[in-house]
Amino acid sequence: MRALVAMSGGVDSSVAAALMIEAGYDVVGVTLKQWVGAGGAMPTAGCCTVADAEDARRVAAQLDIPYYVLDYVEEFTAAVVEPFGATYLAGRTPNPCIECNRTVRFSALLERTTELDADVLVTGHHARISHDEDGWHLLRAVDGTKDQSYVLHMLGQEELSRIRLPVGEMTKVEVRERAAAMGLRTASKPDSQDICFVASGDYRDFLAEQLPETALPGPVVDTGGTILGEHEGITGFTIGQRRGLGIAVGEARYVVDVQPEERRVVVGTYDEMLADGCVVSGASFISGTPPDNPNVTVKIRYRTPAIAAMLHSIDDGWIVRFGERQPAPAPGQAAVFYDGERVLGGGTIEEVIRG
Amino acid sequence: MLYLDHAATTPIRPEVSESMAPYLGERFGNPSGIHAKARQAKNSIEEARERIAASIGAAKPLEIVFTGGGTEADNLAVTGAAIGAPGSVVTTAVEHPAVLESVRFLSRVGHDVTVVPVDQAGRVSPDAVADAVDSGTAVVSAMTANNETGVIQPVGEITRLVRSVNNRVLIHTDAVQAFGSLPVAAGSDGPDLISVSAHKIGGPQGVGFLYVRDGVQLEPVIHGGGQELGRRSGTHNVGGIVGLAVAVEAAVADRSDYRARVGAARDRFEQDLRLWTNVKVTAAGADRLVSHAHLRFPGIKAETLLVRLDFAGVAAAAGAACHSGAIQESHVLAAMGVDSRAASESIRFSFGRGDDAATGAEAATIVSGVVEDLS
Repeated sequence: MRALVAMSGGVDSSVAAALMIEAGYDVVGVTLKQWVGAGGAMPTAGCCTVADAEDARRVAAQLDIPYYVLDYVEEFTAAVVEPFGATYLAGRTPNPCIECNRTVRFSALLERTTELDADVLVTGHHARISHDEDGWHLLRAVDGTKDQSYVLHMLGQEELSRIRLPVGEMTKVEVRERAAAMGLRTASKPDSQDICFVASGDYRDFLAEQLPETALPGPVVDTGGTILGEHEGITGFTIGQRRGLGIAVGEARYVVDVQPEERRVVVGTYDEMLADGCVVSGASFISGTPPDNPNVTVKIRYRTPAIAAMLHSIDDGWIVRFGERQPAPAPGQAAVFYDGERVLGGGTIEEVIRG
Repeated sequence: MLYLDHAATTPIRPEVSESMAPYLGERFGNPSGIHAKARQAKNSIEEARERIAASIGAAKPLEIVFTGGGTEADNLAVTGAAIGAPGSVVTTAVEHPAVLESVRFLSRVGHDVTVVPVDQAGRVSPDAVADAVDSGTAVVSAMTANNETGVIQPVGEITRLVRSVNNRVLIHTDAVQAFGSLPVAAGSDGPDLISVSAHKIGGPQGVGFLYVRDGVQLEPVIHGGGQELGRRSGTHNVGGIVGLAVAVEAAVADRSDYRARVGAARDRFEQDLRLWTNVKVTAAGADRLVSHAHLRFPGIKAETLLVRLDFAGVAAAAGAACHSGAIQESHVLAAMGVDSRAASESIRFSFGRGDDAATGAEAATIVSGVVEDLS
């Protein structure tokens, strides 16, 4: 049985490869070339750089497995980079990791897995896949602080049957210990926190360069319409944001809404910013069908815990009513539904509901 | 394991390794010196020089300049010929990057450069090259045969026509890929500068030579202690040079046998593939080296095919590799008007010493099997 392991050069995918070897698979490591800087070369800063590919190559050599760098620049640019700017321009907040998983990693690469005569695609994501008489399930990782099930919510039965996530059963500490015990050079490599195609670390510089129309100034107003100040581009603002508003009002203000047509950012008090729910579109469910029980927990952003909510089906999607008012989620982000440890599915947040 | 990437590098000839072994042992001397150890090394490299000169019909041994390989020889020829003079540079769109990047460098430092395009079969027109030459041209560089497609250029005709326009122009040819099968030789009617690389003809990596016609002045690209009559400084790679000479002699002696056997391998390979698959052969209408089978299987990404072939123990290539190892687009195919999609499906197989019709048949069986699986 052959396993194709997507190796980013980080410790998780390094250990994932090693675990698959231990499990008796014929392992092949690949790194995806996703982004090029000027001149067509892989970037040297950000994630997935030449240095990262070097790390992956060294680990592959240490594990004595074949290793290739595959070109996905065209797919990645179309599916992730272009929508990134377009989403901000529409006043929303994109989630590039989710788009990458949806279109590149677990679609295009999954197809390639079959073409390369491999049985399973393996990544170093922290999440768990299980199987029982009800089918395939996606569960949170053992390590709650590293759980990445949020960015994997779009997978379905077909995909899950061909994916393995070996490090989801381990805590990050255990992963690093295992890497160190195996003598893997990436054991103490820090996790990448950046958006992989933004070398400078500031996505606003990236957007200003790629899409200059996102850097146009506009008014910052309160919920009554009074102009409080000016901003330098709507891409610097996400609903719920508190810092960097460029206004001095005396007490804390939060972004309540972003209106791209008027290039307007609306700010308000904490209370004005809170939301009672959201509208979700494009939802998919891992089992293939929505849950019978409308009581779920939902994550409306990557790093905050899931909160109690109820799902109501509507024409084009779902209304998610939070159990308690929440700092408003940003349209464009994912809403991911859980039943305890199990991921039910998720979709894209279209609108914030207040009242 | 079926090694079909001879265009990238070739297995070392046993007689080459044997000849080099003492130089990894007690024959460690530096030829630049007065004592016995130095003189032993000096004799070795000068003997190598004489043998190479004789092999290619060079009038004088000192017309052979040892370099660190084909790329370095190309740099010395192109930059060395142009940089001292105010002259312009003329080359073709399908040259090896060693030539094209040298030309780009010269452009950056103020030289006029002309890159003559090629036709769809990758051939440059001698008239087009001659048209680009004027009284101010310093050097014309046109490769003998292309490393990716194997397409043979009309260097003889180019040389003749260019000299009829301006007989002071230096004419350089990168013969790195062609040396093993074509009658590359020095001569009064031939090019003034010829690049050859050891590892493409069964010799070691890291050494080659530039034939420099007697009387031609070149500015060195590597400055230093003045070795090679100032044309290429640096302590000689004595063992490599010895191996280079053995490889050159063997390659020249082998040429007709090589053409027969390797040609049979490549022809059988392409013939069988045509029977069993919908393969398209790049530049099928042009004169090609006997070794090269540059192909496309429509609808199949070269990247995927190469990995599957690697799994099956078959070594082949596509384009050039960037530092990370991912395949980069070929400027040669772009110059031939091949679109991006077709270029991404293009793959190069290159046969070599030791291959024959049976190799071609075996290769076709494996390749068509994988192609069928992917179709």
